[in-house]
Amino acid sequence: MADNNRKGPGPGGPMGGGGPVEKAKDFKNSGKRLVTFFKPQKNRIILVFLTSIISVIFSILSPKILGKGTDSLVEGVKTGVINFEYIKTIITYLLIMYGISALFAYVQEYVMASVSQNVVRKMRDDVSEKINKMPLKYFDSHAVGDVLSRVTNDTETISMTLQRGVTQIISSFVTIVGIIIIMLSISPLLTLITLVSLPLSMFAITFVMKHSQKFFKDQQKKIGEINGHVEEMYSGHVIVKAYGKEDKSIEQFEKLNKQLAVTAWKAQFFSGIIMPLNNLISNLGYVLISIVGAILGIRGIITIGSIQAFLQYNKQLSHPIAMLGQISNQLQSAVAAAERVFEILDETEEIHDENNALELNNICGEVKFEHVKFGYKEDVTLISDMNITAKEGQIVAIVGPTGAGKTTLVNLLMRFYEVNSGKITIDGVNINHIKRNNLRHHIGMVLQDTWLFNGTIKENIAYGKENATDEEIIAAAKAAQAHHFIKTLSEGYNTVLNEEGTNLSQGQKQLLTIARAFLSDPGILILDEATSSIDTRTEIQIQKAMAKLASERTSFVIAHRLSTIKNADLILVMNHGDVIESGTHKELIKQNGFYSDLYNSQFSS
Amino acid sequence: MLKLFKKLKPFTLSIVGVLIFVLLQSLCDLYIPTLMADIVDNGILNNDVSYVINVGVIMLLATLGLVVFSILSNFLSAVVSAKFSEKLRSEIFVRVENFSLDEFNKFGTASLITRTTNDVNQVQMVVLIILRMMVMAPIMALGGIFMAIKTDVGLSWVLFVALPAIILLIAIVLKFGGKLFSSMQSKLDKLNLVMRENLTGIRVIRAFDRINYEKDRFKKSNDDLTETAIKANKIMAILMPGIQIVLNFTTISIVWFGAKRISIGEMQVGSLMAYIQYASLILFSFVMMSMLFVMIPRAAASAKRINEVLDTDFTIKEASKFKYTDENTKGEIEFKNVSFSYPGAAEPVLNNISFKAVKGEVTAIIGGTGSGKSTLINLIPRFYDLTEGEILIDNVNIKEMPQHYLRNKIGIVPQKAVLFSGTIKDNIKYGKEDATDEEIQYAADISQATEFISEMKDGLDTYIAQGGKNVSGGQKQRLSIARALIRKPEIYIFDDSFSALDSKTDAKVRNSLLSETKNSTVIIVAQKITSIINADRIIVLDEGIISGIGTHKELMANNEVYREMASSQLREEEL
Repeated sequence: MADNNRKGPGPGGPMGGGGPVEKAKDFKNSGKRLVTFFKPQKNRIILVFLTSIISVIFSILSPKILGKGTDSLVEGVKTGVINFEYIKTIITYLLIMYGISALFAYVQEYVMASVSQNVVRKMRDDVSEKINKMPLKYFDSHAVGDVLSRVTNDTETISMTLQRGVTQIISSFVTIVGIIIIMLSISPLLTLITLVSLPLSMFAITFVMKHSQKFFKDQQKKIGEINGHVEEMYSGHVIVKAYGKEDKSIEQFEKLNKQLAVTAWKAQFFSGIIMPLNNLISNLGYVLISIVGAILGIRGIITIGSIQAFLQYNKQLSHPIAMLGQISNQLQSAVAAAERVFEILDETEEIHDENNALELNNICGEVKFEHVKFGYKEDVTLISDMNITAKEGQIVAIVGPTGAGKTTLVNLLMRFYEVNSGKITIDGVNINHIKRNNLRHHIGMVLQDTWLFNGTIKENIAYGKENATDEEIIAAAKAAQAHHFIKTLSEGYNTVLNEEGTNLSQGQKQLLTIARAFLSDPGILILDEATSSIDTRTEIQIQKAMAKLASERTSFVIAHRLSTIKNADLILVMNHGDVIESGTHKELIKQNGFYSDLYNSQFSS
Repeated sequence: MLKLFKKLKPFTLSIVGVLIFVLLQSLCDLYIPTLMADIVDNGILNNDVSYVINVGVIMLLATLGLVVFSILSNFLSAVVSAKFSEKLRSEIFVRVENFSLDEFNKFGTASLITRTTNDVNQVQMVVLIILRMMVMAPIMALGGIFMAIKTDVGLSWVLFVALPAIILLIAIVLKFGGKLFSSMQSKLDKLNLVMRENLTGIRVIRAFDRINYEKDRFKKSNDDLTETAIKANKIMAILMPGIQIVLNFTTISIVWFGAKRISIGEMQVGSLMAYIQYASLILFSFVMMSMLFVMIPRAAASAKRINEVLDTDFTIKEASKFKYTDENTKGEIEFKNVSFSYPGAAEPVLNNISFKAVKGEVTAIIGGTGSGKSTLINLIPRFYDLTEGEILIDNVNIKEMPQHYLRNKIGIVPQKAVLFSGTIKDNIKYGKEDATDEEIQYAADISQATEFISEMKDGLDTYIAQGGKNVSGGQKQRLSIARALIRKPEIYIFDDSFSALDSKTDAKVRNSLLSETKNSTVIIVAQKITSIINADRIIVLDEGIISGIGTHKELMANNEVYREMASSQLREEEL
């Protein structure tokens, strides 16, 4: 199974800021749509905005007040008497202001914690909801890992960006504007010095960032290549050994590894110099302010306290500017992530049940395919004109080479896919007029590809019927010949299947799915016989269980085994999507056609 | 972790360089506030413009030095971390490539992949961070404390209150937050699991009409995760405002108590301003160092996993003196009292196995799951080394041959057909590098692959995606048979190699193989009796023991296990 196929982020710069940026395809619309997810929490968001603004205002006012304290100190040094009363007042003010600022910053983060998480929770639930409405076609053509990564990784990206990003934008913006205003009020000339360094630092940062992003992209690509090689070589370890290709594989690896190392240091280096560059510019401002401020101070134009305040403001400014540079990138990737989630939400859904769709209570189980035409792709017809009649209680065996269209029959009967033309009827009712869940309720399915989930054995069997009692479950297990092996497990029916399902053999899993079908007791049954990887004894058990299950209802059996075929009331021989022969075993052997060919090649060599 | 860091030795020079540059960088950084204090105290307060300009120029130089040194240290640390991880990655890969199946399976494919890729990345990141920040933080902290004390000893106690306060704050938040974050991770895994089950089981879920049940299951898991995440983030919300408050209150304290010292003439205003800056430098260094405690445990886990791979010894070793088979080799295989147990297993998988397989004959091995069939054939190319007894090829013990020489004699088609990304041609040529086009075509013909290859758009040049996703199971098997055929080996081993073929193709492949392999020794492992009914010799394995050897007829007559298998698989008239 393709595990989270999107490669995780590589070693990013620890200072952040240089990572690769994924661009959203349609930033504006996807962004707008992302915003709609916030609507239910409007009040909280307003609160976040307000607290964030208040917190910032108080924090940027304080250096100015601190400067006044310094001034009073300088005054005191000059006159010889320090006004402690005044300083006390100032310090009290500062205490209160810092306190308020921190408090509001806390409230803002506290509230935002639930806002961002709730948004993401809603997204995940929406996807889960959506997935259940999408046609099977989507899942047959998309890797599990891809969908999975959208549900977890992408939503995670969104929540992280939201948690920090949104409030940072506000506070950065307020900080920059607020500080500039205060600076102007202290000294326009010094402000000018700072403002000259501002665009300079913006320019430098974006310049370096662009380059580092290029290298990060390269690095990402190389990591992908090397991961691909490792994955491939490890998965094929036996073959590599058997054919003595270790050296060749290592040689290829070393080549990729070297390339990766080169792009890696470049990426790290460039992302690493963003900080020093930013510091350089802020420090240059600092030094210039010190010098010019000192000269102005000597001339008596501004006070030492103001210089001190200015120095602090200069430092405070560099942070939000660097932040704003990064945030636009973060937003980009968050919107890109959201876009991938929206892609799922926008997929076409299964055709809705008709308004007056029927619900059948009991069915006899007569199934007819009438002139069914179908293809997985619009222009490629697989089944051109299929006609089948399965009478009540009959066993219909379907045989044919791989790719002949056997599974397609199942897909159509269960309405996992819709026929292009023609119709399928059950007891004379077109299945398109029956509610989907009602239709599926009447059809049981045992597939070769067993599906069990991470739960107890009991829960897995009970999957076939809601509110099944313990007695019913055990009866089903007994009918499926599974009771015995379940009893030998340490926890019996309460044994928990582990995530990979490795604590049961393939055959045992198959028996459980048969038990499940017994419990659901459907009017129509679809059976896919196992071909291999089951030991002889279990295989006999499975055959017995399947035969019993099939004998009590109309059954379609995708057959690989002789005994099933010979006992079938009707054998359909399929090739290239068409039923090319049909009849009982004897009739078909007599025809001396495809079936007898198949039969002879399979069962004697 | 430390063990891995020993591998940094070749980079000693660069690392020393990083240290020196970081030191210089820190010195510049620490020097600037002092200069500023000088400007205030000696320049402004004395109205000395030329002093201000002189010191200002020194300050500018210090700033430039700061940047130059930090870029240099950055450069070196980037190179060191990249080269280090290159070396590490390569060591792991080379080691794994030389693992026998025994060592390999001990870890499992998926785990080895993460160890070679993600874990190395983790370690690389930590090396980088340590070089970049963790070296600097202690230097800055110590330097800051030194400068602060030098500036004014009397105020030091403020620092001794502030430092523990910030350390305590970080420790508390990390302790509570950290716990929640790790539980968040496991809840995320759970959510992933539910979603994965939803996706893989979508047919079953719909067939049993359990959509709402699954929706609830997902919702519950989602809510659980969300609640924990909210809680964790709420705790983390304390961190930044908390640090701010400590920092700001420290500043205020310095101003207040500094003012008192100024009033008694023990301190100057400029020094006070410098002191405030030193205090914030020191506190920030400690915040940085605390990040180490977050990073290190994660990387240490990765380092441990990497070390496990690097410390695993090879169980299969080359002989000290090689022996080779005769020039005119025949490919006769002989098992002499062979027993094998997996390491640590109580019961042997194979027990006292003896048989001979000779050229021109087909030897079949049959038995149920767990009977030891696959293990048995894995011993021949020395994927595992047997525990007792010996295996001879043309009377030479396989342990005495070079591994490559041995494997070169064998064409193996494993149960699970593995193809590599590349063209179909590349994949067939994997068996023989210098194969001509005719040879490739011929191998494809014999394995019945020609028909489907010619139906593909690019024929033999069709590109196979990674993991062979764009070809069916049966097609994969046929290509993997062709890959073995092209070597024209002395020994063929087919391990249930026809399972994904439909019966018609199966029969065709088997027919054409018959003439192709008549000059070789052929060993076939099978589940189904029909596929080996005509073998020259059938070995019936039952729970690791040979229960009988003979032809189909002989075994039907005198082997109970075989008869039981046959009766479940064959139609009556064939019994």
